[in-house]
Amino acid sequence: MATISHPAEEALPRPSRLATLWQFCAQNPLGAAGGFVVIVMILMAAFADLVTVYDPTRNNFGAMLEAPGREYWLGTDQFGRDLYTRIVYGARTALTVGFVSAFIGGTLGLILGVASAYFGGRFDLMLQGVMDVLMAFPLIILALAVVAIFGTGTANVIIAITIPFIPRCARVVRSSALSVRETPYIDAARACGFSHARIVMRHMVPNVMAPYLVVMTAAVGQAILLEASLSFLGLGVQEPVPAWGLMLRGGAQEYAESAPWVAIYPGIAISLAVFGFNLFGDALRDWLDPKLKV
Amino acid sequence: MFVYVFKRVLLMIPTLFGAAVLVFLLMRLIPGDVCVLRLATGGGMDPQVLRNCRAEIGTDQPMAVQFYRFIKGLVTFDFGKSMWTGRPIVEEVGLRFELSLQVAIMATITAILLAIPLGTISAVRQNTWIDYVVRAFSIAGVAVPSFWLGILLILGILIASKAWFGTPWMPPITYVPIWVDPLHNLSMLIWPALATGYRYSAVATRMTRSAMLEVLREDYVRTARAKGVFRKLVVRRHALRNALLPVVTIIGIEFAFLMGGLVVTEQVFNLNGLGKLFVESVLNQDYNMTQALVMLVVAIFAFTNLAIDILYAWLDPRIRYNR
Repeated sequence: MATISHPAEEALPRPSRLATLWQFCAQNPLGAAGGFVVIVMILMAAFADLVTVYDPTRNNFGAMLEAPGREYWLGTDQFGRDLYTRIVYGARTALTVGFVSAFIGGTLGLILGVASAYFGGRFDLMLQGVMDVLMAFPLIILALAVVAIFGTGTANVIIAITIPFIPRCARVVRSSALSVRETPYIDAARACGFSHARIVMRHMVPNVMAPYLVVMTAAVGQAILLEASLSFLGLGVQEPVPAWGLMLRGGAQEYAESAPWVAIYPGIAISLAVFGFNLFGDALRDWLDPKLKV
Repeated sequence: MFVYVFKRVLLMIPTLFGAAVLVFLLMRLIPGDVCVLRLATGGGMDPQVLRNCRAEIGTDQPMAVQFYRFIKGLVTFDFGKSMWTGRPIVEEVGLRFELSLQVAIMATITAILLAIPLGTISAVRQNTWIDYVVRAFSIAGVAVPSFWLGILLILGILIASKAWFGTPWMPPITYVPIWVDPLHNLSMLIWPALATGYRYSAVATRMTRSAMLEVLREDYVRTARAKGVFRKLVVRRHALRNALLPVVTIIGIEFAFLMGGLVVTEQVFNLNGLGKLFVESVLNQDYNMTQALVMLVVAIFAFTNLAIDILYAWLDPRIRYNR
């Protein structure tokens, strides 16, 4: 059989990964700044032992509510624990909860959203009904109920945050998958007799990755916020585990006037982290959406 | 339109029923019950007293009977009594509803006043320094936890009042309706409204910007400009009105969320609103109260969605629901 060559394609080499990254940064300076914050956070969490000198959980009653200075860069809390150390270790808790719940919730939402769009009919109607109910439930209240059932602690907080994410991701993915379902290559795949599972996983899922990635990035930020809120209420991660929301509970309000650093720095950490993920997610959406590129 | 509204109200029934099933099961999955908690607080745990308590509030009945009573109560608007305080639920909720509604309305006004002008100017001046500042402001609004903003606001009030008047001033903590003492009421609720309104405005600003960007690229906007219509007029009359559709959606959804979702902000400002009642009722395993509150929030959510759809027709004359 004769093969047709495409000289134009051969003449245009694919840009290297570094060139693509540079192009992304140049076109999305805010997104690049967000990406930078995210990378710094990940490095901080990964090498927390190397960038801190104090124990994040050990009380030091001789150094209670010390102001920021050379010894304690961001000061100490009411138990004499170094705030900088607790913030660095808190990044581990925030990232673990953020990534795991966004990944599990997002992926389950992706599968349900694509399946709902692909099968359509009654299955779609029923699934969307369930999603409607879950969406109508206030996110924090659903999380509250899950924590009340399973108890507090990092793993249970992840479950509490993951469940409300599933319908949110499924809804976004479904709307994209509906248009993918109508494309000729899906008809072609059906005509070839491929199984439903193969069509969904091999042909539909890869084509809805863009909205999935955007939702996932935003979900990491939301999960960090939600974890902080639950911990602030005393329903999330428990003492002495270092967590940003937990650091704002109790002492932060009590000593707001005499030791404002206890209230200020953990809040900055939460805001910066969510800010970074949101900026990066926005830039990713602009980058992946061909309409916005024009 | 009437037929459409009627159909939409009918379609709410499965959502409300689903929410009823979910909250009923969720509450009963929580280990322990309200009687155990009540008696543990009282000091004694006599098995007979425990049985009497369960019989009194009806938790000794089979699940099907309890569910039937719950649904019957919903249909007849008889929500019963709080299992924790023993007071009628309508009374308990009524006390807090007023406060939560006022905070939600004030936060919504703050959000609209900030979001629409900022989102519009950001889209019109896309990729200029104004756009970057507005985007950073709005993304920061989504990122900053409103409870932390609340703590900072309280801290700011304390420091500023001490510096200016010599003695620190704190917002009042007892709720007084706005028509009784407007100054007392506003000096108490303006702070949570600002803290949540900023976050809320951030979401709406982002939506206004992206909707305006899309509309500004439409042919009719280009035609209006080509006809020589002033840029401001094109933005206000041609673009903004059409871009408002998704903004109205987001404002409506956020409003519904505020009615039951101000849990953490209420904690910071020590407000006795629906959010606080929610946390207390879940932790006290007050089935009746939690079920009533969830149904109230879900109903507000569903009716807000309906109101949004009706508003669509008013904002966009192309949308007619009776065809």
